[in-house]
Amino acid sequence: MLRYAITRLISLGVSLLAASLLIFFVIEVIPGDAASFMLGLNASPETVVALREELGLSGSLMRRYLDWTGGMLIGDFGVSYTYRVPVSELVMARISVSLPLALYALILTITMAFPVGIFAAFNRGKLSDFSLMGVTQLGIAIPNFWFAMLLVMAFAVSLKWFSAGGFPGWENGVLLGLKSLTLPALALAVTQASILARVMRSSIIETLSQDYIRTARAKGLSRRQATTRHALRNAMIPVLTIIGLQFSFLLAGAIIIENVFFLPGLGRLIFQGITQRDLIVVESVVMLLVFAVVLVNFVVDIAYAITDPRLRTGR
Amino acid sequence: MRSPLLLVVGAVITIFFVMMAGISFIWTPYSVVDLNIADKLLPPSTRYFLGTDQFGRDILSMLMVGARTSIGVAVLAAGIGVAVGVPLGLAAAAANGSLFDEIIMRGNDLVFAFPSLVIAILITAVFGPSAVNAILAIGIFNIPVFARVARGASLSLWTLDYILAARVAGKGMVRISIEHIFPNIVSLLIVQGTIQFSLGIIAEAGLSYVGLGAQPPTPSWGRMLADSQTLIYSVPRLALLPGFTIVLMVLGLNLLGDGLRDVLDPRVRRARS
Repeated sequence: MLRYAITRLISLGVSLLAASLLIFFVIEVIPGDAASFMLGLNASPETVVALREELGLSGSLMRRYLDWTGGMLIGDFGVSYTYRVPVSELVMARISVSLPLALYALILTITMAFPVGIFAAFNRGKLSDFSLMGVTQLGIAIPNFWFAMLLVMAFAVSLKWFSAGGFPGWENGVLLGLKSLTLPALALAVTQASILARVMRSSIIETLSQDYIRTARAKGLSRRQATTRHALRNAMIPVLTIIGLQFSFLLAGAIIIENVFFLPGLGRLIFQGITQRDLIVVESVVMLLVFAVVLVNFVVDIAYAITDPRLRTGR
Repeated sequence: MRSPLLLVVGAVITIFFVMMAGISFIWTPYSVVDLNIADKLLPPSTRYFLGTDQFGRDILSMLMVGARTSIGVAVLAAGIGVAVGVPLGLAAAAANGSLFDEIIMRGNDLVFAFPSLVIAILITAVFGPSAVNAILAIGIFNIPVFARVARGASLSLWTLDYILAARVAGKGMVRISIEHIFPNIVSLLIVQGTIQFSLGIIAEAGLSYVGLGAQPPTPSWGRMLADSQTLIYSVPRLALLPGFTIVLMVLGLNLLGDGLRDVLDPRVRRARS
């Protein structure tokens, strides 16, 4: 187990190293340099030189990379050029929107997908199964930002149950905050729930055809007992993998949804950084998102190895 | 029984959109570049079959040219995945267990672990938003997908007798991969290609929705949605039409992919019979 954890930890480190190199390289190959890119075409040479100095762009490539990554390790993400505040402060303010949004969406995903997947599996081949799977096909085909617009049309414009966008801030009450995250979370969840329901259904169907289920039935368990005691537990393994992957999708997918609903999260921060050419914000927030995703995948891998001993030795 | 039916439905939808995109090269009802403010926001009529947008452009024409953009970006992005990923996967399978195989597969894991949307946004943001950069950004993440499919499918083929016969006959790894392995994994690659095609359509729509895809005046479905966002209160039609178009296209491709899998993938075929 320890050995498995160590190999996963090494691969986590390699992933982060590769990601930081990739992001650094992409920012580095901008025609001209970051300073002239950020200031635009009309900047005077003196301002460019001054900013280059301020950004620490005068050092060697290696030096700059080490400064950037070394800073991030101790929580120093640099200072935003447009906001004139440390990026870490901006991130902390925005993460209080993005993280709850992703978690909320994950909870919605699971609460929608589990009943649908289980029900469809037990009614395999019937009309109800067929229609539920048809609905999930539709859910997979819908771009989530368009579904978000439909939700706004229905629940904000016509029914006026929710506001069409914006975030009141947690200080005005948790319920109010959650309410303004409901439509965005639903928009994010619908695609993932459709995928998860399909995975759940096929996983249960597959498990029910296994020999040990027949054995369980043969030794006298009712269909219900065999299902709850043996089938569901084993069927959960692929479902858990998908949930782990989905959380990272939800974190990253929030980038676009936050823009639809004007939520002040990390996604909006990236886009504001892009439009204001604030590369320090873009580079650090992107790296942070990659870190979150890689970390979630690592935790899922470890969680697995704990639940399923077979996976520890595999590979 | 229902899979051939769904396959046909998916194929018909896909062909419909591909034809729509093709026809747009030689003919559209109206120009998509000229603005005609006098005719702005007209409801559907015999003159403008689907009405006009806030600049007086014909929506049907916009959707037709938008199909060209979406399909072009998605197909080329899938093409990058095939062109780079398949040779990598074939090579990794041929060198199964070697350091080379290990490096390729771990490299694939790395790309898989990255949030693709975030990196795509980073790439288009830095290199400038354009259709070409959208293709590259989506295409990069297709590479590991095809490499994995190609490797996985090839591995089992390498153990078969006819490959052994080819080796005994003196054929090299490269020739065997090209002449014997590749033709046998084409069907799986077609299925995967259809799936990546449909994911590419959604990704392209998302990138152009946030302004990082094809640039004006080139119409694209994603940007039509972005342009309509301020008007959803007054003219919901503008947001509904491009959205339905995207959903229908993606649904068609997914049905086609599922149907093709049922027909072409020997594992699924055996499970069904």
